[in-house]
Amino acid sequence: MNRLVPFEWTAALRFLGEGRMQTAFILGGVTIGVAVIVFMSAMLAGLQANFIRRVLTSQPQIQLLPPDEVARPLRDQPGVIEGALVQKPTQRILSIDQWQSIAAAMRARPDVVVVAPTASGSALAVRGDASRSISVTGMEPEQYFRIVRVPDYVVAGTARLGTDDIMIGTELAKDLGAGVGDKLNVTTANGGGRILTITGIFDFGNKAANARNTYVALRTAQSLLNLIGGATTIDMTVTDTYAADTIARDIAAVVPVEADSWITTNAQFFTAVRAQQTSNTMIRLFVGISVAFGIAAVLVVSVIQRSKDIGILRAMGTTRGRILRIFLIQGGVLGFAGSVLGSAFGAGALILWHRLFRQVDGSELFPLVLEPGLFVAAAAVATLTGVIAGLAPALRAASIDPVEAIRG
Amino acid sequence: MADVLALEAIRKSYAVGTPVETEVLHGIDLTVCAGEFVALIGPSGSGKSTLLNIVGLLDSPTSGRLVIDGTDTTRLDDAVRTRLRGHAIGFVFQYHYLISAFTAVENVMMPMLVDRGHADRQMERRADDLLDWVGLSRWRDNRATNMSGGQQQRVAVARALAMDPALVLADEPTGNLDTASAEGVFSLLRRINRERGTTFVVVTHNMALAERCDRIVELVDGRINAERAGRTHEPGAA
Ligand SMILES: Nc1ncnc2c1ncn2[C@@H]1O[C@H](COP(=O)(O)OP(=O)(O)OP(=O)(O)O)[C@@H](O)[C@H]1O
Ligand SMILES: [Mg+2]
Repeated sequence: MNRLVPFEWTAALRFLGEGRMQTAFILGGVTIGVAVIVFMSAMLAGLQANFIRRVLTSQPQIQLLPPDEVARPLRDQPGVIEGALVQKPTQRILSIDQWQSIAAAMRARPDVVVVAPTASGSALAVRGDASRSISVTGMEPEQYFRIVRVPDYVVAGTARLGTDDIMIGTELAKDLGAGVGDKLNVTTANGGGRILTITGIFDFGNKAANARNTYVALRTAQSLLNLIGGATTIDMTVTDTYAADTIARDIAAVVPVEADSWITTNAQFFTAVRAQQTSNTMIRLFVGISVAFGIAAVLVVSVIQRSKDIGILRAMGTTRGRILRIFLIQGGVLGFAGSVLGSAFGAGALILWHRLFRQVDGSELFPLVLEPGLFVAAAAVATLTGVIAGLAPALRAASIDPVEAIRG
Repeated sequence: MADVLALEAIRKSYAVGTPVETEVLHGIDLTVCAGEFVALIGPSGSGKSTLLNIVGLLDSPTSGRLVIDGTDTTRLDDAVRTRLRGHAIGFVFQYHYLISAFTAVENVMMPMLVDRGHADRQMERRADDLLDWVGLSRWRDNRATNMSGGQQQRVAVARALAMDPALVLADEPTGNLDTASAEGVFSLLRRINRERGTTFVVVTHNMALAERCDRIVELVDGRINAERAGRTHEPGAA
């Protein structure tokens, strides 16, 4: 007998060891429960991280736009409105008023990391007989590419943009039959027109984006869109990605612009995540409850089987408190051991799944996210669940009357 | 000699406050002095076990006074009673009741483990000595389930002595054993009494064994019916 181990622990472990079958079965149950939870949580975290990473490298976290133009009804006297019908105005491409000073103010904010003014609008790309409508984004690459990592997605050419250069997506390149070094004629509705050379072709993994998005230098876009010296948006990233919403609101309150955060523009995604998390939580809760019932059931049987042992221990001067602890420890040990085994199985299954199930092109379905925090949390919660599950059996054990237990 | 045990007007009723309330002990007065070996006999249902459980602080009397080793136990709370039980009293039960999850030597250590909270070298040495005493050194690392009834009962006797209690209570310690094993266990108890001076109260149905005790107390229907000295003495006894 180990001299360093308190008697409660020795007794608890011996009792578990002696009830081999029961212990093995309930341990199996706890293990499966924890494995399911770990597997599910890690997979969900992986998918989520994947999506967020993709969103955050292809969208600004906050985008400042000129405020919508609003038509106000004509007023005569207070309370009397003359033009009762108010038509919504069309939204022209407008530059943000005073965008330079706004950009400077944004750069001065400690919670903002990158500020990139852009001028964007739609245009027509013509090459030979083929023409496609495109969206042109003009920007300063050294800023903008820190927000939208276009260079990461370049599959041909480079991410270099001079005043006569353009970067296009793979889909557009295919439609126009153009490659790196070829020239495109880009014209806009305002009568602007330029001949631009393709310097890079990117693949965002999204057909629509690959067909429509094109990038040019800020000056090029300004001249194409007839917005000399103007900027239609100011794109930004912030220090705390998940605070983008509050920061955007904060900015809109002090600067006369509309500020959209990635959280609002991807509201659908977050709704989906929240729904997933709710169902995940429910599953976890019910798995946890059934594990707890399993542990409690096994311990109740064990208490009944051991009532003579308990009676003897009580006769030899063991306090009720110590009997209580012996059974609480058993619950905790079952929970903890099950969580260790379950974490191992869950992680193993996840790794296997990650290796076996791939996208068509062989790339991973989701990144493998195995955070130690998840396992620590699983162990803590499972141990606590075990102790709580052990409470009823332990109280029963502690209340056993030694006289009853010892009688024949 | 000082009294190890003193009972005054001990009464015990079951189902108190219900229509089926029954008194099974009707005022027991009894004193046992240090070093005495007392046999408690009587027909089945006469209240022997009930009395022994009260003396062993496993049960409480409905009324009366119980003094153990100089301590009046009448108004002690459960925690203090539990502690006193662990220190002053050793138990040997009819069905030996070793804890099967532990080895022989660990069972002998059990009362000391309960008292001190974890094992230590001195405790192990004492348990080994006691096992040696009852002649079971060779079996020290065996589980209870691998031992015969007589062997288990001898381990239980060693266990009862672990805390060097003032009083050992044995409820039909030989009731479940064949004649030879019963003889072995009984002689062991007598030898412990003689050599260590431990006080014993032993419930038995075996008159031959009862006659070998210092004093025989007969209980009939919850009353002490007769008290007399044992007839024969152990060979070698003073
Ligand atoms: N918990 C209880 N509730 C009600 N009556 C009880 C209870 N325990 C014992 N009795 C009664 O008390 C009386 C004495 O019982 P006890 O077990 O002390 O007898 P005993 O002398 O030890 O008998 P035996 O020789 O058979 O062991 C019996 O009539 C028994 O039915
Ligand atoms: Mg009895």
